[in-house]
Amino acid sequence: MSNLVEIRDLHFSYGERSILSNLRMDFPRGKLIAVMGGSGCGKTTVLRLIGGQIRPQRGQVRVNGEVVNELNTAGLYRLRRRMGMLFQFGALFTDLSIFDNVAFPLREHTDLPEELIRDLVLMKLNAVGLRNAHRLKPGEISGGMARRVAVARAIALDPELIMYDEPFAGLDPISMGVTANLIRNLNDALGSTSILVSHDVNETFAIADYVYFMSAGKIVAEGTPAELRVSQDPYVKQFVNAEPDGPVPFHYPGKSLSDDLGLGGKR
Amino acid sequence: MMRGLESTGRWAREGVESLGFATRAFFNLLRYSPGAFRRPTLITEQVHFIGNYSLVITIVSGLFVGLVLGLQFYVNLIQFGAEEKLGPLTALSLVRELGPVVTALLFAGRAGTSLTAEIGLMKAGEQLTAMEMMAVNPVQRVLAPRFWGGVIAMPILATVFSAVGIIGSYLVGVKLLGLDEGAFWSQMQAGVDVNRDVLSSVIKSFVFGIAVTFTALFQGYHVKPTPADVARATTRTVVIASLLVLGLDFVMTALMFGQ
Repeated sequence: MSNLVEIRDLHFSYGERSILSNLRMDFPRGKLIAVMGGSGCGKTTVLRLIGGQIRPQRGQVRVNGEVVNELNTAGLYRLRRRMGMLFQFGALFTDLSIFDNVAFPLREHTDLPEELIRDLVLMKLNAVGLRNAHRLKPGEISGGMARRVAVARAIALDPELIMYDEPFAGLDPISMGVTANLIRNLNDALGSTSILVSHDVNETFAIADYVYFMSAGKIVAEGTPAELRVSQDPYVKQFVNAEPDGPVPFHYPGKSLSDDLGLGGKR
Repeated sequence: MMRGLESTGRWAREGVESLGFATRAFFNLLRYSPGAFRRPTLITEQVHFIGNYSLVITIVSGLFVGLVLGLQFYVNLIQFGAEEKLGPLTALSLVRELGPVVTALLFAGRAGTSLTAEIGLMKAGEQLTAMEMMAVNPVQRVLAPRFWGGVIAMPILATVFSAVGIIGSYLVGVKLLGLDEGAFWSQMQAGVDVNRDVLSSVIKSFVFGIAVTFTALFQGYHVKPTPADVARATTRTVVIASLLVLGLDFVMTALMFGQ
């Protein structure tokens, strides 16, 4: 099976601060691949590199055979028309109704008549269960519903690649389950490839085909959810079992408590 | 001494860098403007919104400025028996100077701050990034229509300001203080030249529209996406835009009316 997205020898840093180093990842067509890891490990940066929002210092990001980091603005925009992205908090246009938010990419990129756009938008909203809310504004719906509207907008142009940035963050358990099922069902129904960035173990393991675990900008473990559940890797064990201490320390590195309290005695 | 030189040098370098950055942003805005003009409804919507932001404050301010000018000019002109000159004096003051300048200052405070806050909050809410990820250029789709909306709205608002100001002066001079109505209008008609006065007013308003709207959009688009920075950017919009308007007014007045 060919890969829709390939990352090879990727290095990225902000100034002196290294964010990603020597990254190698494959995202096969039609699969739902999760990228997991603690906050600040570089997961979202991977999505931004795939979308061409930032460029790496070294290495390649290939999407459908095209090297994203070598494309000019026109090339990037052409490629992005085949991508959909769900932002962490939805990033809906607050001055537009839910209907107009979902219609936005269709109106910008197609010459479809308004009647057809209406039908397409209602079908997309129906897929996320919000057809009857199409007249509301983003400020009138809950965070979970906003996330689902953003999903409907992301799939408006039936993209080949859908990227989800922390889709479960801040959701109640019902909304979390609904969103997780939606992501899986849309991936299968559209035949698209999905990249899911998250740190919610249960929801992600329930829907992902394959999982990459990241820590400090590197891949530290990878495998199917079943393999990772029984992994003996200390980092994976700590993360999956939500243990407070382990390879990721509970205490911020620095002086010991006894040193700070002056209990260590003079040396 | 060395520290003073260093900080002056750094300040100068940063100033030049900021100016260069703003110039590039301005030309980028112009570059993507034809795309906005291909969808004129986006621009007409913005003329409507941005014009509406400032219309009420423009009318009310214009009326009060006109009332004050009418009163001040009348009580001084009557000492020389020249009260019939109230019409042209008020009209020239409003059309040449006060109309474009005061409207631009009001526009910076009302519509300018709204634009900066709107764009800044769109950036903070990742709406502009979302647009880019949908392969829609935010400069073309969001900034250019607002820019041209502001540029087109400004001369219209300045005209409204001057017209309402003249009505204010008429109310004080003619209706309240008893100046002859015919003298008021005929002297004004004879004293105001369409090319020299009205056209220069439109040119000034147009230039102020460019300066104020670009400043507002630039401050909003390049803000750090935090609430504190959005608040600071709105303040900067008023300060920078107001100083630009006053500076440009002096330059244009010197060019248009200087001997």
